[in-house]
Amino acid sequence: MQEHVQFTQKEVNRDLLYGVTNTIRWWPGLTIFLLVVFLAGAGAFGYMLNKGVGVTGLNRPVMWGFFMTNFVFWIGISHAGIMISAILRLTQAEWRRPITRAAEVLTVFSLTAALMAAPLVHVGRPWRAALWVFPYDFARGVWPNIRSPFIWDPSAVMTYLTASSLFVFVALLPDLAVIRDRSTGIAQKVYGLLCLGWRGTPRQWKLQAIAGILLSALVLPVFVSVHSIVSWDFAVNIGVEGWHSTIFAPYFIIGAIHSGVSAVAMIMALMVWLWKLDKYIRPDHFDAIGRLLIIVATTWFFFFFLEWVFALYTLEAPEIALRELQVFQHPYVWLFLIFLLTAYFIPVPVWLFKNARRKVWVMFWTTVLVNVGMWLERFLIIIPGLARKTPFTFDWGTYHPSLIEILMVAGTFAWVALGMLLFSRVFPLVPLFDIKEGMVVRDEVKIGRATVPATVRE
Amino acid sequence: MGEKSWGMVIDVDKCTGCQACVVACQSENNIPINEEEHFNQRRAIEWIRVERYWEGEFPDVKARFIPILCQHCGEAPCEPVCPVFATYHNDQGLNVQVYNRCVGTRFCANNCPYHVRFFNFWEPEWPETLTNQLNPDVTVRSRGIMEKCTFCVQRIRRTERESERDGVDLDDGDRALSPACVNACPTSALVFGDFADPESKVSRLKEQEEKEDGRAYRLLENYGTEPSVVYLKKVEEGAKSASHG
Repeated sequence: MQEHVQFTQKEVNRDLLYGVTNTIRWWPGLTIFLLVVFLAGAGAFGYMLNKGVGVTGLNRPVMWGFFMTNFVFWIGISHAGIMISAILRLTQAEWRRPITRAAEVLTVFSLTAALMAAPLVHVGRPWRAALWVFPYDFARGVWPNIRSPFIWDPSAVMTYLTASSLFVFVALLPDLAVIRDRSTGIAQKVYGLLCLGWRGTPRQWKLQAIAGILLSALVLPVFVSVHSIVSWDFAVNIGVEGWHSTIFAPYFIIGAIHSGVSAVAMIMALMVWLWKLDKYIRPDHFDAIGRLLIIVATTWFFFFFLEWVFALYTLEAPEIALRELQVFQHPYVWLFLIFLLTAYFIPVPVWLFKNARRKVWVMFWTTVLVNVGMWLERFLIIIPGLARKTPFTFDWGTYHPSLIEILMVAGTFAWVALGMLLFSRVFPLVPLFDIKEGMVVRDEVKIGRATVPATVRE
Repeated sequence: MGEKSWGMVIDVDKCTGCQACVVACQSENNIPINEEEHFNQRRAIEWIRVERYWEGEFPDVKARFIPILCQHCGEAPCEPVCPVFATYHNDQGLNVQVYNRCVGTRFCANNCPYHVRFFNFWEPEWPETLTNQLNPDVTVRSRGIMEKCTFCVQRIRRTERESERDGVDLDDGDRALSPACVNACPTSALVFGDFADPESKVSRLKEQEEKEDGRAYRLLENYGTEPSVVYLKKVEEGAKSASHG
């Protein structure tokens, strides 16, 4: 049962715009730190551009390593926004309200991180990558090969990026107007320009609501297709025993939702701690997202289990060799153990307890664990798959990431965090209008003698 | 150019594992020198390599050799995954690599079950004394792109040009036409030719060995890649009906 907390409009404006109107004490330090980490990653990229892909740990047969793992990971995280905003909006889950914006912004920045991680950083000649990420140079009459999942990939990711940016923007409009009305000088002009002349007329509200619902509905197919396509980067490889599986698309999607929703729960905890938004993000919200996570995690685990069943059902030698490497051989045995524990067997039993779900620190650390596990999951799919690619034992290999790769991966994490921080400095992280709307539709209904909170709709 | 379907027959029974094909390929195709470090990093580039497998326990141990090069698959898994058409199938049955188009996604290398696609992790370098031995007919590949066996397409093209100029037919088994590895093989374990011509040596070998009791097989046939390289399996000692090709 959800609590019924009411605020005045003034209170909402003051609390939620605090990060925009004031510089919070920790903000500059953290931003500078993240900037340094990001620049270290950018420097590592520059070094690689100068020297060649040889500075990574990649080899034959492990041609894809940390960058690809990271790409899949960030695409996975990006599923947070749509899951929280679109699906929960369409299903009218009230508890989504304070976290929609953070989830959507996370989506946008993680997609840019994914774009950095894959087409830009990971190819041999990044200066030519734009030619296939964007349409190829038609002057030569050579079009991109639309049979390649690497053409589907950028198309899907770009569509997703466009849709989710629009999503963020449409939801921002009323809030931008609120900031415009409370600022002066250049800031007022800029916010005024950004909010596209929002005056809060009934027509504007109606259009904004329609746009939000339309975008939610239209973005759903993208939500399914993006990670399916990412999974096909792997699943179409007939040459790689461990990847060539028809279950990869749904398995990757549900895995993406698992890590995405976990990331949102993590950010909720950070919002409570860093932005002191505990008035708006209540234990109820953690409770709700925790329950959602149990379902998502268990569905994911079911697919994970199925993938193993399908793989081992035929008992073919190459598949067994791969699974043996994945599960029993050093160092993968440790990674596999950590992965199993962090992605499922520690968090889910914890979430089963209501008391645990309602504690911010519990939710924070369990969801951090989930994402450690999900990063490892992608690593454990990609690297052992390549290392045991074919029955030719002569060509079996191994992989050790280099410092350059580690720095660049750290750089993408810093990039996403930095993006969120900069965003929070100029735009409110919690949608003001959504909270206010939530208060309007909230009411109390008498059922017998008890008074319970309820949502009133037209 | 008439209908061609270039291919190779490799008699594993004749292979002694001498690596002459590997050396010939390195010098014909401007392949950078593979130092020990490159092997340790598993980044050595060998368009053709001799894989060695040990069979049995000491003292009854046997070394088995198999030369592996690009199979120029009819249904090449590397081709559809390239986003920029850097690798495609030409009308002579060759799987060709266009270096200028390649952006280095390495997708083709992952999808090749034969491990015969190589990535240039570094800018290739030769010692000063060796710069004059580079083959002028072959592009030196820069870093960041894929490369692989071409069946010495430069030799095929040159022979075709010259035969057209002189108005003579292409000679099956012409040393100028055959790839460097085939020419270098001391036991003639490698035979190169045109599968579209039923009279060529490769066609006859293939026909003969694909009969019942024949030794013909293709690598990883179950992947459905339809390789243009036919292998003839090793004749076991004491096998009764050994048919030497």
